[in-house]
Amino acid sequence: MKLLEHEAKAVLRKSGMAVPTGKVVVSPDEVAPALAELGLTEAVLKAQVFTGGRGKAGGVKLFSGAAEGAEIVKKLIGATLVTHQTGPAGEKVGSLLLESKTAIAREIYCSILLDREANSPVLVLSAEGGMEIEEIAETQPEKILKMYPPVGHDLWSFQVLRACGFLNITGETAKEFATVLNQLWKVYQQYDASLLEINPLVIDKDDHVVLLDCKFIVDDNAEYRQKGLGDADADKTAAEIESAKYGLSYVSLDGTVGCMVNGAGLAMATLDLIASVGLMPANFLDVGGSANEDAVTKAFEIVLSDSKVEVILVNIFGGIMKCDIIAQGVINAARKLGVKVPIVVRLQGTNVEQGKKLLAESGLALITADGLDDAAKKVAEAAKGVAK
Amino acid sequence: MSIFVDKNTKVVVIGLTGKAGSFHAAQCKAYGTQIVAGVTPGKGGIIHDGIPVFNTVHEAVKETGADCALIFVPPPGAADAIVGSADAGVPFIVAITEGIPVLDMVWARKEVDARGAILLGPNCPGIVTPGECKIGIAPGFIHKRGKVGIVSRSGTLTYEAVYQTTQLGLGQSTAVGIGGDPVHGLNHVDVLKRFNADPETEGIVLIGEIGGPDEQNAAKYIKEHVKKPVVAFIAGAAAPKGKRMGHAGAIVEGKSGTAQAKKEALKAAGAIVAETAADIGPLIKKALG
Repeated sequence: MKLLEHEAKAVLRKSGMAVPTGKVVVSPDEVAPALAELGLTEAVLKAQVFTGGRGKAGGVKLFSGAAEGAEIVKKLIGATLVTHQTGPAGEKVGSLLLESKTAIAREIYCSILLDREANSPVLVLSAEGGMEIEEIAETQPEKILKMYPPVGHDLWSFQVLRACGFLNITGETAKEFATVLNQLWKVYQQYDASLLEINPLVIDKDDHVVLLDCKFIVDDNAEYRQKGLGDADADKTAAEIESAKYGLSYVSLDGTVGCMVNGAGLAMATLDLIASVGLMPANFLDVGGSANEDAVTKAFEIVLSDSKVEVILVNIFGGIMKCDIIAQGVINAARKLGVKVPIVVRLQGTNVEQGKKLLAESGLALITADGLDDAAKKVAEAAKGVAK
Repeated sequence: MSIFVDKNTKVVVIGLTGKAGSFHAAQCKAYGTQIVAGVTPGKGGIIHDGIPVFNTVHEAVKETGADCALIFVPPPGAADAIVGSADAGVPFIVAITEGIPVLDMVWARKEVDARGAILLGPNCPGIVTPGECKIGIAPGFIHKRGKVGIVSRSGTLTYEAVYQTTQLGLGQSTAVGIGGDPVHGLNHVDVLKRFNADPETEGIVLIGEIGGPDEQNAAKYIKEHVKKPVVAFIAGAAAPKGKRMGHAGAIVEGKSGTAQAKKEALKAAGAIVAETAADIGPLIKKALG
């Protein structure tokens, strides 16, 4: 689950860290009261989107006076921001964060994320704040400091000393910075973050530490114990939300071949298989190993009702999942919604004979395939037929 | 020769009396695996499907001499079960559970390492040595004893590779699913080392996917140490960046996590890279002559 900037900052503020004062606005009329409430005459408006690179895309604006602010809100609410991360579809702006301006003396990059090589969270610091960290990591790795904070404890003192030395932070500011690092580490653990990125972390003209922007991603596996942090569905499509209710793993994609598969690896390999015959998948869908007939029915309904789908591939290797359950789900959904596109079905593994028998007796016009190669070939043929 | 487990391996099933534990313990037993004990806190003393149940792994190990733990405990208690098994002195732990919070696994992995145990998984199908034992959730009937070692991050792709090598008459020495979570126990390299040293394994199938450094490390190891033919397949080339593709570990974050980067590293290391999952069987067959 990703948090929006204002949700993330609420967590940081609650945990005792200094973030600029601000208020969320969704309409032009809210600018004047927000300025009055915060005691500001000039401020900054920041589009609340999940993508990075919003500044360059025009999603962050300074303004002076309520009239100018209202104009910006009017323009940005409902607008679509296209950044280098969103792709051409962009991301729609639903709200803006109106925030006090910060007098910046220095910008620092600070994040905590999982280092999969070390099986441990890692604290990453760089004096090149505000920049793309991936770019720095590639071109100037010596400008990045990585340290592994101890799980369940504050940072070691030597780690704090190294951080301050590396970034050349001294005096009272160093004490404040050390406190912030420990608070961030605590928040990372307490809220099951998988990424907590402060870019930039600012030292202002009065030598105080201010957390100016924040990216906060919560581990999906920990959502059961991290309720109420943000809207878990905010960055998902309607189909993704619906399928999650049934324990299905679904991701919307841009192509025309719908698919239903069991197992994440086989589902990914199926997308690749579709791409290998020059087509594009419309979705990723892993029904998992333990889905019952209802869940499979629902899954297939979601694929069937996707209007961009021109061909469907069902690819099942029954292990825990039994082929007859898949077959029954396909039949149920097809009977309910009708079938308007060709469906290629490849079944293998547990109860494959029962599954094939059910499909054969259903009277549905299905194309059966024997192996992965055969399935790919038949999907390509079916797609050609549709194109004609 | 099998790797990690064989017909003498004695398994304690943690979470035996739950739905998944019950079903799969019975399947493993039917395959010939020695299931010697179960653990469900509060149910110690009962016999479940002919298997004695204990309150703790410590008791189960003391009474039955179990030397492998198979874990079906739901996510909130799974890390605890993993560490508990290691603490009881179980040397080989297979964690099937999907959806364990990553920070729990960071902590559990350190505790397991400190106790010198080997962890397989979590979020994995387990391990099968055909004709000897099946520890986990893989469908037993598709396996056939033979000469290909299979190591994979995905359950269903393991089955796919097993099925193809069985159909082609090659069979498997052992099939190992290392799991799809970002923090896990055994990785590709750990398993490659065993296959490389195992005289029964003549060829290796390595199945990876997008995300993480595992496959790049495997490539480095293959280049330096492996003389046996390796066929590699990487799932997720068509996956979009930044989206989690089912597995918690399958998300492309930097450049090194892409399918392209992994394939290139493996090719450069001398592995034969299968472009689609359908090519895995035929390629290893060809490589083995």
